[in-house]
Amino acid sequence: MPRNAKKSAAKAKKTTKSAKRAPRKAPARRVLVLVATRKGAWFYRGDTERKSWQTDGPHFLGHIVNHLVLDPRDNRTLLAAAKTGHLGPTVFRSTDFGRSWKEAARPPAFPKAPDGEKGRAVDHTFWLTPSSASEPNVWYAGTSPQGLFRSDDGGVNWEPFSSVNDDPQYRIWMGSVQDGTPDGPKMHSIIVDPRDSAHLYFAMSGGGVHESRDRGRTWTPLVQGLEVVQGFDAANIAFHDPHCVRLCPSNPDRLYQQNHCGIYRLDRPSKEWVRVGKKMPKRVGDIGFPMVVHPRDDNTAWVFPMDGMTVWPRTSPDGLPSAYVTRDAGKTWQRLDAGLPASQAWWTVKRQAMTADAQNPVGLYFGTTSGELWMSRDEGNKWSPLAKHLPEIYAVEAAEI
Amino acid sequence: MNVLIPAPLHSYTGEREVDADGATLGELLADLDRRYPGLRFRMIDEQDRMRAHIRFFVNGEQTFDMARVLLPTDSVQIVQALSGG
Repeated sequence: MPRNAKKSAAKAKKTTKSAKRAPRKAPARRVLVLVATRKGAWFYRGDTERKSWQTDGPHFLGHIVNHLVLDPRDNRTLLAAAKTGHLGPTVFRSTDFGRSWKEAARPPAFPKAPDGEKGRAVDHTFWLTPSSASEPNVWYAGTSPQGLFRSDDGGVNWEPFSSVNDDPQYRIWMGSVQDGTPDGPKMHSIIVDPRDSAHLYFAMSGGGVHESRDRGRTWTPLVQGLEVVQGFDAANIAFHDPHCVRLCPSNPDRLYQQNHCGIYRLDRPSKEWVRVGKKMPKRVGDIGFPMVVHPRDDNTAWVFPMDGMTVWPRTSPDGLPSAYVTRDAGKTWQRLDAGLPASQAWWTVKRQAMTADAQNPVGLYFGTTSGELWMSRDEGNKWSPLAKHLPEIYAVEAAEI
Repeated sequence: MNVLIPAPLHSYTGEREVDADGATLGELLADLDRRYPGLRFRMIDEQDRMRAHIRFFVNGEQTFDMARVLLPTDSVQIVQALSGG
């Protein structure tokens, strides 16, 4: 047994003994921020006040890590979607907070094509989603080229969803390698309804938002009300480019979406998205990548706008980065830039690089394309840097441990 | 036969040179994967295509042919073609 593991086992034993003597108030949960970057992964462990942070990393130095997620159902299984510039994609798994990692036995991969046909190969796994509490060990993954995969054993073996990946209509909607984002089209925003694990959503950039009510056997597009680039036909699902979709934990009938063409809200059972971003200041606009929802208030959500004018610089508008919050479900938006650079800051926050913890007040975290990690412990009213000089940040997740 | 492993794959093999068997390059890679599970998929995709930055040499001569016949006395070098920043 490694020395560290021995130490922590002894510590755990001690805690159990004292817990038996007298019931104690549950210790305050600490926030663990998981940062996935173009060149490795880092963990930041907060104290109970979220004021001081311990750095743990790099893990997988030099690996392209697109997503790093802790399973909230067991609070110990950690999955990392990784590849390197030279090696194929895989998924790594840890059950000891990154002290040791084991590779998936069967990472997400498309089936072998029949002889004479050109088959697809996963370039990278882009998105990881644990299923709901009723399905322990079930995970979903979205890849580039776009594909949906499922694991029933905690991320060890992954199976493709033929109902999406091989469906002729879906193949048209998801397009080819040329139809997506610069480093390949992405399947993302895989969402499991916490009340019903058969009720699923996913989004494709490009290719629209889709819903299943039968655990993924059949799927239906969910794009009504969403706009597409001017001059294109919104009836064509392939033209829809959702950037990030989130379901409100406090009201699973409400979803928010940051799209290539605006910010939207959807209240089920309605199938019509409402563009709530029209109330954003005109000079800033309502284009961006991330979408963050409040853990307890379905009227509160945050976005981080970027410049979507002319050639799409995708930087902070005017070099002035800011989050925006709505506290009334999108009727009004307020700028939240206290503590952020007041000039000449030209970075971008990518679609899974902004998140919230579940504390009160809610902590917010985002990572930039220039390798800065920022946080707010008061719901965005004041920002402070948590880490600088990291590689380009692809994903930020906050877990409670 | 002797197989030279590139540095990014040492996490699988633990060493720079290993022994493996196979009558062809394809069989050799299958044997390597049996000995070091997961290694093949990092080099060869699910359509049996070589990944963009992996190259194979037999006795110093480059080959792209998975059916390339191998003898027990051959030596195989696996190389990563570095690029980018």
